[in-house]
Amino acid sequence: MTNFSTEPYVVNIGPQHPSTHGVFRMKVTLDGERITDAEMVVGYLHRSMEKLAEERTYTQNIPFTDRADYLSSMSNNLAYCLTAEKLAGIAVPERGEHIRVIMAELQRLANHCMAVGTFINDAGAWQTPLMWLFAEREKILDLFEMTCGARLTLNYMRIGGVSFDLPDEFVPACRRFIDQFPGRLDEVEQMLLENEILLARSKGIGVIPTVAAINASLTGPMLRASGVAWDIRKADPYSIYDRFAFRVPVGENGDSYDRFLVRLAEMRESVKIVDQALRALPGGPHKVDVPLSIRPPVGEAYARVEAPKGELGFYLVSDGGTSPWRFHMRPPSLINLSLLREMVIGLTIADAIVSFGSVDIVIGELDR
Amino acid sequence: MIGVIKAMGTTFKTALRRPVTVQYPEIHLPLPERERAFPLLLWDHDVDEPFCTGCQACERACPVECMTVTMRDNPKQKEGTSKRRKIVDTFWIDYGRCMRCNICVEVCNFDAIAMNNTWSGIERSAYDRRDLVMDMDELMSKSMAGQVTRWTPDDGSDEK
Repeated sequence: MTNFSTEPYVVNIGPQHPSTHGVFRMKVTLDGERITDAEMVVGYLHRSMEKLAEERTYTQNIPFTDRADYLSSMSNNLAYCLTAEKLAGIAVPERGEHIRVIMAELQRLANHCMAVGTFINDAGAWQTPLMWLFAEREKILDLFEMTCGARLTLNYMRIGGVSFDLPDEFVPACRRFIDQFPGRLDEVEQMLLENEILLARSKGIGVIPTVAAINASLTGPMLRASGVAWDIRKADPYSIYDRFAFRVPVGENGDSYDRFLVRLAEMRESVKIVDQALRALPGGPHKVDVPLSIRPPVGEAYARVEAPKGELGFYLVSDGGTSPWRFHMRPPSLINLSLLREMVIGLTIADAIVSFGSVDIVIGELDR
Repeated sequence: MIGVIKAMGTTFKTALRRPVTVQYPEIHLPLPERERAFPLLLWDHDVDEPFCTGCQACERACPVECMTVTMRDNPKQKEGTSKRRKIVDTFWIDYGRCMRCNICVEVCNFDAIAMNNTWSGIERSAYDRRDLVMDMDELMSKSMAGQVTRWTPDDGSDEK
């Protein structure tokens, strides 16, 4: 057996594979069972969003941003509207800012429910924990539905505020939700945190060292799991995030398990922010009147938010017309995935699936 | 091992909880009044004509260009029964293209278009995409029969 050698061979994971959460293709080269090389092939869901935006007015682009990261459209709306407001120099009323923060944090809860659920799914607990978290996500979607009428592609925020005021029944319903949510999170943690199978499948798998994470400009839970306490809500506060008290959870080892823990901890912090914002919710107008075909002055603007997946930025260039001259998006999914090759080399295919699942990507945002 | 015992404890604690699942096609949950399904045209029962004047504001504002609107002179205005000088002549909405963004409702100056907030607007599947192009009669029929009501924000923020 000493002279035993294997031929490397290539395996396609995807584009149609349940663990890729969409249409993503990973070409892995295997030596025996170990991965020696991996190449990611993106572009199967490309919809030319940036070019489409150049033909449409600033307000007409808001529903398109919903469809980039379709699991957290509130965050996309917020990032885009912040950029357009920065470009046009529009200030948002207090009530509008509070509603935005509440919605963005509820969206983070919904997204992390999905991210944690599908990660557990990839690690082998087929569907059951996912459904516990989906039951909670469903309640958040009901809150969105009662506010703006849609559940997924919300198109709720507008340049200068939000499209509708909150309905009367929103505040008690939201309060009920955030009162019972931490209890449900406790149950999920009791079930999963010390689960032998999950520990065996995710501890030490897909490790990203701190330096590598910073060099690849990872953001969001991916970076924080590698031990860097970088959160744009703290580091460069936008909207009214500087008024709320919350912690930035940080991991130690940068492996898949830490990313899972960081997301669970972030959910608890989001509940705290929603709670504080509901208490501080002032009266008054929820938006300023902005014409549909707004003409920002010539210039450029970049604004970023801490979306559930990481730093989501929009870059807009105005030539004084009604539609942006250039519309660019910094998608956290794509940049967080840039270390995929380094993560999976040396692992087996089963572990590569777990590492990939812990990144939390949405293909709609990856390809735009 | 301790993890397994803890998890079993949680399992027993939650075992008797009632299921949250609703058997959807048999049971329809009530929809909120702000529900945003596909857009419809509204009928002015006082004058017995559509609210829509065919001004094409929605057609221009639609991000996916799913609407086609034309206008004509209103014969009822000459007779003196209506104040609308122009009235909608034809109106098509391609439901296969519409992405239910609500912008057409927000730009309408005459409150003539509304998002269907009933289940009839959501269960709209068809075998042929040509069946999803709605003409004026189909868009108007729900409102003529009084099956939809328009939800308006209290603060009048979309009335301009």
